[in-house]
Amino acid sequence: MARDNSHNVVRLSDVTKSFQLGQNTVEALKGVSMEIKAGEYISIMGPSGSGKSTLFNMIGALDKPTSGRVFIDEVNVSQLDAYELAWLRCRKIGYIFQTFNLIQVMTAIENVTLPMIFAGLSRDRYLEKGLELLKLVGLGERYQHKPSELSGGQQQRVAIARSLANDPAIILADEPTGNLDLATGEEIIYLLKQMSRERQVTVISATHDIKMINVSDRVVWIRDGRIDRIEDRDRLTVSVGAVA
Amino acid sequence: MAKSIERQVILPWRQVLRIAFNSLRVRLLRSLITTLTLVLAIAFAAYLWSGYEMLNSVWPNAPDTLQQRILDSGYEPLNGRFGASAKDRWLAILSLLVCVVGIVNAQLMAVTERFREIGTFKCLGALDSFVVKIFMLEAVYQGLLGGFVGGLVGILTATVGMTLHFGWAILGRWPPLAMFIILAASTLLAMLLSLLGVLYPALVAARMQPAAALRSEA
Repeated sequence: MARDNSHNVVRLSDVTKSFQLGQNTVEALKGVSMEIKAGEYISIMGPSGSGKSTLFNMIGALDKPTSGRVFIDEVNVSQLDAYELAWLRCRKIGYIFQTFNLIQVMTAIENVTLPMIFAGLSRDRYLEKGLELLKLVGLGERYQHKPSELSGGQQQRVAIARSLANDPAIILADEPTGNLDLATGEEIIYLLKQMSRERQVTVISATHDIKMINVSDRVVWIRDGRIDRIEDRDRLTVSVGAVA
Repeated sequence: MAKSIERQVILPWRQVLRIAFNSLRVRLLRSLITTLTLVLAIAFAAYLWSGYEMLNSVWPNAPDTLQQRILDSGYEPLNGRFGASAKDRWLAILSLLVCVVGIVNAQLMAVTERFREIGTFKCLGALDSFVVKIFMLEAVYQGLLGGFVGGLVGILTATVGMTLHFGWAILGRWPPLAMFIILAASTLLAMLLSLLGVLYPALVAARMQPAAALRSEA
C-alpha cells in the first residue's frame, strides 16, 4: 500500500473538549494531535472514561471540539454549517455501531439504500448498488429480511454494507464486535479489513477487542484524555502479549 | 481550504411520505393507541354535532307529536334551529384538549424510545428538517385516520341513538350533505390537533444529536 503518497484523511490539531457537569468542568480531551492517512486501519483503545468515545465523536464529526481543530479530508469540521455537516456524514463517513442500529422498521435493502436516498441518488441506481453491496457482504439472498429476522452477525454485515453505500473515505466503527460472539466478531473484523484493503477505505474503530489489534495498521492508546502511545503493527505482538 | 464539501440535499417529499408511512405501519399497535385518543375525542364532538343536524333536518316537517317528544327530551330550538348548548361546547372542547395533551405525552414517549433511530438517521445524513417532517407526517396520517374513524363512529352512534329515541322519521330525513360536512370537518380537525400535539415532540427529536446513536444502553 502506497501509504506515503496518500493524504491525511483525518487530522486533529491540539483538540480539547470539556463538558459541563453541574458545577464542575470535566476535561475529556486534553490536547490531542494525530494524523490518519487514507487507507489505514486504526484501532483506538482505552479504558472507559479515558476520553476514547469523545475522541471518536470528534473524528466522526459527531461533536465539535472546545478548542483545537479537526480536519476531515482537509476540511475544518467546526466551520461547517448543519447542511454541510449532514453532507459530510452522508458522503464522507460510514458509521458502524456496537448495537448495529439498523432501522428496525426497514428491510435489509431499505437500510442499505437509505444513505443513498439521502444523497439524492435515483431509485434504479440505489437499488442496484444496494443489492451489489449486500452481495458483497454475503447477504444477497436476504435483502427482503427485517433486522429482527437476522442474526447479530448478519445485522452487522448489513450495517457494513450500509456504511459503504456512498463510498465514504472513512468508516467509523464503534465497538463493532461488542455485541457479537467470538467467531462472529472475528468474521466481522476480517470483513472490515477486506473492505478497507479492497476499497482503500480508512477504518477507524474504537474497541476493547484484542482480536482487532491483529489487523490494525496502528493502535492508538488513549489514557486520561491524552494519547498514551501509538503503536505500529510490527511492534504490536509484544504489547498484546503484555495485555493478555 | 474547504474543498469538495457540498450542502446536503433536501429529501423529496415522495421519499419522506413513504418512510413515514412505513414507520407507522410497522409500529401499528403503538400508533393505533395514539390514534384511539383522537378517535374518542373526535367521536364525541361528531356525536353532538350530528345529533343536532338530524334534529334540524327532521324538525320543520315533523308532526306535532314528534316535535313535542323532541322538546320533552330536553332539546330547545333557538331561532328555529337546534345547536350545542354552552355546556355541550365546553365538554367537547375539554375532551379535545385532553386529547391533545395525550398526544403530546404519547409522542414524547415515542421520541425517547426512538433516540437511536433518530441518531442513526442523522449519522446517515438526515437533516433536522427530515426528522421534523417524519414526525409531522406520522401525525398527519394518524390525524386523518383518527378523525375519519372518529367522525364515522360519532355519526353512527348519534344516528342509532336518535332513531331509537325518536323513531324512523329520523332516518327518513337523514341529511347526507350535513353528515358529509361533519365527517370532513372531523377529519380536518383531528389532523390539526394531531399536528398541534406533535409540534413540540418533533422539535425535541430534531434537536437530538447524532451521537445519540452511539449510546449503548437501551
